[in-house]
Amino acid sequence: MVEQSPQLQEIREKLGAAVLDAHAFRGDDTIVVERKGLLQTFHALKEDPAFAFDFLSDITAVDYLGKKEPRFEVVYHLLSLGRNRRLRVKVPVPEAAPEVDSLVPLWKAADWLEREVWDMFGIRFRGHPDLRRILLYEEFRGHPLRKDYPVNQRQPLVPERPLAGTFVDARSDNKLRQLKQQLEQKKVDAAGSNRR
Amino acid sequence: MKAEVRELPQDIMELQMGPSHPATHGTIKFNLKLEGEKVLECDTEVGYLHRGFDKMSEQGTWTQVIPYTDRLNYVSPLINNVGYALAVEKLLGVETTPRCQFIRVAVSEISRITDHLTCCGMACSELGAVTAGFYMIEARELLTRIVETLTGARLTVTYVRIGGLKHDLPAGFAEEVKDAFAKTRQLLADCEKLLSRNRIFIDRMSNVGVISKATAVDYGLTGPILRSTGVGYDVRKSQPYLVYDQMDFTVPLGSHGDNYDRFIVRVEEIEQSMRIVEQALERMPTGPVSIEDPRIVLPEKEKVYNSIEGLMHHFKIIMEGVQVPPGEAYQAVEGGNGELGFYVVSDGGGKPYRVRVRPPCFIAMGAFSEMIKGYTVADIVPTFGMINMIGGECDR
Repeated sequence: MVEQSPQLQEIREKLGAAVLDAHAFRGDDTIVVERKGLLQTFHALKEDPAFAFDFLSDITAVDYLGKKEPRFEVVYHLLSLGRNRRLRVKVPVPEAAPEVDSLVPLWKAADWLEREVWDMFGIRFRGHPDLRRILLYEEFRGHPLRKDYPVNQRQPLVPERPLAGTFVDARSDNKLRQLKQQLEQKKVDAAGSNRR
Repeated sequence: MKAEVRELPQDIMELQMGPSHPATHGTIKFNLKLEGEKVLECDTEVGYLHRGFDKMSEQGTWTQVIPYTDRLNYVSPLINNVGYALAVEKLLGVETTPRCQFIRVAVSEISRITDHLTCCGMACSELGAVTAGFYMIEARELLTRIVETLTGARLTVTYVRIGGLKHDLPAGFAEEVKDAFAKTRQLLADCEKLLSRNRIFIDRMSNVGVISKATAVDYGLTGPILRSTGVGYDVRKSQPYLVYDQMDFTVPLGSHGDNYDRFIVRVEEIEQSMRIVEQALERMPTGPVSIEDPRIVLPEKEKVYNSIEGLMHHFKIIMEGVQVPPGEAYQAVEGGNGELGFYVVSDGGGKPYRVRVRPPCFIAMGAFSEMIKGYTVADIVPTFGMINMIGGECDR
């Protein structure tokens, strides 16, 4: 059964070749668009009064490792507050060049959401002002939501990061060193008593 | 003796607030750039409570995700349960029984009240209005006890199931709710007396953390923060799910987009939620709370122990999971903090292929630097308080 959606027809007509596929499933309208010219596509979806998708709900990605080619799909959920319609936009992204245009010029909401996708999937966003990891730390190795990242993977311990401009109390440092020395001494003593 | 006149330092000061600061309930770090007391820049660091919700969801069966959803926004876990179950049901193409839908609405709204009471109560006590804070926490306690009688747990409820509920309402539930609401209304009336003419509270809340309509939409803000700017977007009204279209309630709106409006919107919503619960309990239809489909809902224990079909259905669901057809679905519900969306992808097996939550307070924290820019360090406390960041949901 193929569901019909007037909204999808209109999008197909207006966006033309940029739309690779469009379908509706249980009331969710989905379009698959080309990676090339992504920013222009979203610009049209946002600014064209016939669509007026002024609200970016969510950005995420799905890793179809071994199931689909290209491997990744970046998934955008748009909402039009005026028309009260939703639209899901999917962009296939190949493993060899995991990079798409950033939507930060259009929506500020994209900033943190794209950082999360980079963090979890290792997909880069071209033109993002500050693409850093967000939920994990910079020294983290790999991108955990990729399907080839094992769930029980251990991470190496990272040395403490020196913080620029941090006030360090020298006395407390001494205190800490003393405590460490005391602990070491205790260990040595305990080892000695065991031997006896 | 000559008095020494010294110039105050003019340079920009860097201050790291957090990750475990007494005024930020929740582990979060603000890297601030200050000019005197004025915040020039705020770089927010989140992720201290990251437990890998998405990854863990892909390991078990569809049903086994429900306990993880409790631990997202743990002050309103029932809404998360409902949102996730609705998303999976959308993918399955099933609709739950009328009684189940009414119960889901009632428990969601009770959760919303506890969420708002926690947020408002904490914000009050952080600004020195500790009495009002305690009154609100007392009201929350009444409702948490109701949740406890219903589900057996205070926060980690795991009450909703795919295709239904764990069990029906206990006897005398409606009366208990009625008593608790009467007391809650009394406590909130007392709070209003304590707060509405409280200069300290009002001065620190109003015209602080102001955000315009356009900026709020640009940042993707939802829930009380968006509605405080005057945008009337509420998932329960715009895209009604369950039986919200049959309920009579209004969506309170603010006008300034400041912390005071956010507070008022939340307090007003408590009253509206109580109205919805009362209507739902009044019109509650009779009948089963789960659908009659042995492929989705666990059979009764009676059948499991005494019939081979029952045992097989039980075994299939427990060991292989509910078989969800391939596809994807996005279901948004109105959470305590805004649009809580679940995007689920199935590859046709008993395990989710991908579960993604659209966390409203993660997105709100993204706009925090915009909200606090130009205000003072002390203003971080009410502004952060009114975002109601819940670590479990923000960091997942």
